[in-house]
Amino acid sequence: MSAPVQTTYREACRAAIADALRRDPRVFLMGEDVGRYGGCYGVSKGLLEEFGPERIRDAPLSESGFTGMGIGAAMNGMKPIVEIMTVNFSMLAFDQIVNNAATIRHMSGGQFGVPLVIRMATGAGRQLAAQHSHSLENLYAHVPGLKVLVPATLEDARGMLWTALEDPDPVLIFEHVMLYNMTGELAADAGAVAIDKAAIRRPGKDVSLITHGGSLPKVMIAAKQLAEQGIDAEVVDLRTLRPLDDATILDSVRRTRRAVIVDEGWRSGSISAEVSARLMENALWSLDAPVGRVCSAEVPIPYPRHLEEAALPQPQAILAAVKRTLG
Amino acid sequence: MYEFRMPSLGADMEAGTLVEWLKHPGDRVARGDIVAVVETDKGAIEIEIFVAGTMGKQVVALGAKVPVGTTLALIEGVAEERRPPAPRAAAAPRAFEAPAVPPSAVAAPAPGLRVSPAARKLARERGIDLATIKGSGPDGSIVLHDVERVGGAPARRGLDLNRMRQAIAAAMARSKREIPHYYLATDIDMSKALDWLQTTNAGRTPGNRLLPAVLTLKAVAHAARKYPAFNGTFDPASGFTAASGVHIGVAIAVRGGGLASPAVHDCDQQSLDDLMGRLRDLVARTREGRLRSSEMSDATLTVSSLGERGVETLYGIIYPPQVAIVGFGRVASRPVAVDGQVVVRNVMSATLAGDHRVTDGHLGSLFLREIDARLQEPDKL
Amino acid sequence: MSKAKLHLSRDSLLSLLHQMIRVRRFEEKCDELYQSEKIRGFLHLAIGEEAVCTGVMAALAPEDAVVATYREHGHALVRGVPATAIMAEMFGKLEGCSHGRGGSMHLFSAAHRFYGGYAIVGGGLPVAAGIALADAMRGESKVTCCFFGDGAVAEGEFHETMNLAELWKLPVLFVCENNLYAMGTRLELSESEPDIHAKAQSYRIPSEVVDGMDVVAVNAAAMRAVERIRGGAGPQFLECRTYRFRAHSMFDPQFYRTKAEVEEWKKRDPITRLTEWMTSVGLLHADDLPQIEAAVEGEVRGAVDFAEAAAWEPVEQLAVDVYARPRP
Repeated sequence: MSAPVQTTYREACRAAIADALRRDPRVFLMGEDVGRYGGCYGVSKGLLEEFGPERIRDAPLSESGFTGMGIGAAMNGMKPIVEIMTVNFSMLAFDQIVNNAATIRHMSGGQFGVPLVIRMATGAGRQLAAQHSHSLENLYAHVPGLKVLVPATLEDARGMLWTALEDPDPVLIFEHVMLYNMTGELAADAGAVAIDKAAIRRPGKDVSLITHGGSLPKVMIAAKQLAEQGIDAEVVDLRTLRPLDDATILDSVRRTRRAVIVDEGWRSGSISAEVSARLMENALWSLDAPVGRVCSAEVPIPYPRHLEEAALPQPQAILAAVKRTLG
Repeated sequence: MYEFRMPSLGADMEAGTLVEWLKHPGDRVARGDIVAVVETDKGAIEIEIFVAGTMGKQVVALGAKVPVGTTLALIEGVAEERRPPAPRAAAAPRAFEAPAVPPSAVAAPAPGLRVSPAARKLARERGIDLATIKGSGPDGSIVLHDVERVGGAPARRGLDLNRMRQAIAAAMARSKREIPHYYLATDIDMSKALDWLQTTNAGRTPGNRLLPAVLTLKAVAHAARKYPAFNGTFDPASGFTAASGVHIGVAIAVRGGGLASPAVHDCDQQSLDDLMGRLRDLVARTREGRLRSSEMSDATLTVSSLGERGVETLYGIIYPPQVAIVGFGRVASRPVAVDGQVVVRNVMSATLAGDHRVTDGHLGSLFLREIDARLQEPDKL
Repeated sequence: MSKAKLHLSRDSLLSLLHQMIRVRRFEEKCDELYQSEKIRGFLHLAIGEEAVCTGVMAALAPEDAVVATYREHGHALVRGVPATAIMAEMFGKLEGCSHGRGGSMHLFSAAHRFYGGYAIVGGGLPVAAGIALADAMRGESKVTCCFFGDGAVAEGEFHETMNLAELWKLPVLFVCENNLYAMGTRLELSESEPDIHAKAQSYRIPSEVVDGMDVVAVNAAAMRAVERIRGGAGPQFLECRTYRFRAHSMFDPQFYRTKAEVEEWKKRDPITRLTEWMTSVGLLHADDLPQIEAAVEGEVRGAVDFAEAAAWEPVEQLAVDVYARPRP
């Protein structure tokens, strides 16, 4: 590992894409405004100049069309990175992703695979209202044949993309909008990371705080506040929603005996529901309290700031949930 | 003979109604001919035949709704049909190790015991040490049923009266719920026993004197030996198990409202002096909360006595999994009939509560009469 | 143009006739097997439409790619996927071309660059454009041929794909099999502009209307279009006007069209038309048809036997190929 540099999550995403484009001529980026505009969130700024329009392709507003094209190109030997501006817009491509990308290997008896990477922004926090603010990665994590990643750190933003591109199956990467500006240190030669494991971001013994993506910083804040009150929380960053790393999650909760899951999706049919079910199935004898969940309020995310904050998971709610598990 | 059957015309078609024959018996049919009309949920559909021959007997009446595959008509003169080959067995399955569903055997053994939340709660209420329970639930876990079965009010170090009360309450409630009690009572003339005691104690220092309790205890022990059906444990799954030893639980009141019944081991084999010593020791340790777990769990029969400040008769509640409890009232002067005359004697009421799944009134009365008989010969106890 | 003329040789015409009869008899056998519950689920027959898949496929090279719909048995057959593998797939057997996983609507064959049957109407169009994009990015002169029906032109994915294909000059041959009905809805009732090839023209894609009941016309048009694509002209569009003599799928009482209309179109049966024309110009000899029918009958019977004898996939393999590598 070389000396660390100050960088941002956005820059780490960009470095990952540029690195992939350099390494493998089969890789290309395709999506709305990824070229001349430099990417809706600035992730692909400068890439068109460096790699040219064949490899950085501005697509018209045709999510279904260009996602399906990514599938076809992947079936025929390329390694496309399809960028869908946000998970909200990906609903237009849901047919292609669920009915084609996820099924083709199994449905064709193993003859064709879809080694496609789809990157999408997700989540809320910028007062963009309901049609730009939802966290729908759980819908994709539901589907066999897909893999779903949620990088929440600079290392993961930098390192997950290459591993995903090497995967012979479709991988969806969700980048939370509030993480793009996150700053921190990253080794200059930081490279590929595993995409099938969760990570313990803070070891602890009193309760397991299980979370992913944009909720990680809030959970770390909550853990710090809990520590000041004498409660030692262990923070588990899921990193991958499909497959879920059962071993790490269960090991943590078997030790701490309490769990609170923090998930920016709505609790109904969410990732937190799935993790909770697995804890009940596999760690019941270790649990000392019911599993708690802190999720978004069951409302479309509203525009005014105070309402948006009230709708999303916040550190106070996490603290309250932890205290409930302690009785 | 070729059987023309109701065809399947769609994934969701289960039956069809024959509404019209377009070919009739005797008509030649060729492959591809439309021969009938079938009414289905979606509407009327013409059905074709796939063989050449002559229409024979039409076996289904018009208007009949029949399942897909039902023979509609017989076709004559059809060339012999080859039997289709049977499917062969698949080759060795492709190498595949991973489980199809998320493994629920990502099971490291839980640190410590596996106890269901419900069981844990009940054990806490009853003051039961989970380490003493064998689990019968999934993964060998301790479940509610396992805790409910545990008998006896446990003593905790340092004697937690509240927990003790709760444990007694739970045990007694269960006893009344599960054990069909029958009750017998008899009056025992204690004159001889008390006279013997007086004589025996006359030459002893107070610390060595025997109490009536020790006589009754020994008498019960002898009776238990003679009638083993009152000395043992009952389990609904396996029935009654006679105990090899006679370990009588002696109910001892604890100041503050608690009650414990530690076992005196091998009562029938001990001398009265030894028994006395054991009783004194037990009472002392009980009141201090220093009982051993074997004392708590080994009783095969319980004796309860109200003592001098009690009332005439004590009807007990059996401590599960035991099958009997003997109760003694206070010794009191009462008029009795002896040889046709009314005299005043020291009389003590003795009761038996028995588990009717194991014994009945007949045996119970023999048991009680044995106790009586033994107490009439105190020197032989 | 000269190429089109070459294909009027007796051999090439006999080949086209043989292929159409193969498709016809295979489909008829599937119909029978479905009614006796050997084939299950949905079954969509292309009886009447044989000229389109036969004529177009004859214009493609083995290195080209094909994307089709759920009515694709004929397309797979003519492309070269063995009848045995297709029939076994219809039965759901392990030796089927998709290992029995897909059935009638999802025939795949990597060896023939047959990229699938798709059950979502219009769902294959973007995929076809992507397959073409990959070939183009590698500088290869392969053609991706994308078949779809008149129903697909109402889907957003059709319009997105037309736009993308022309914008990026993708080497796609779009073949619309316009059989006038999208399931039970006639074209005029669902399209404000029922002239399909005009829609493609509005995206500036060169488009032709072709008599889809004339295999020679279809073949000639396809050859012209393929040549243009290989020359770098970008996507081409053929609207083949054809007709299915059978229902949309098996369970369809066909309230939406009259028997008279069906009978009218049956007069233009592509197989009959070719045999009559070949006879009239002396290119069909007396024993040609019987030989073809006998060969086809043997092939179909062999396919059914193969399918009957083929194995069922063991249930233990249910989760194989959800992902390329099983998870640890």
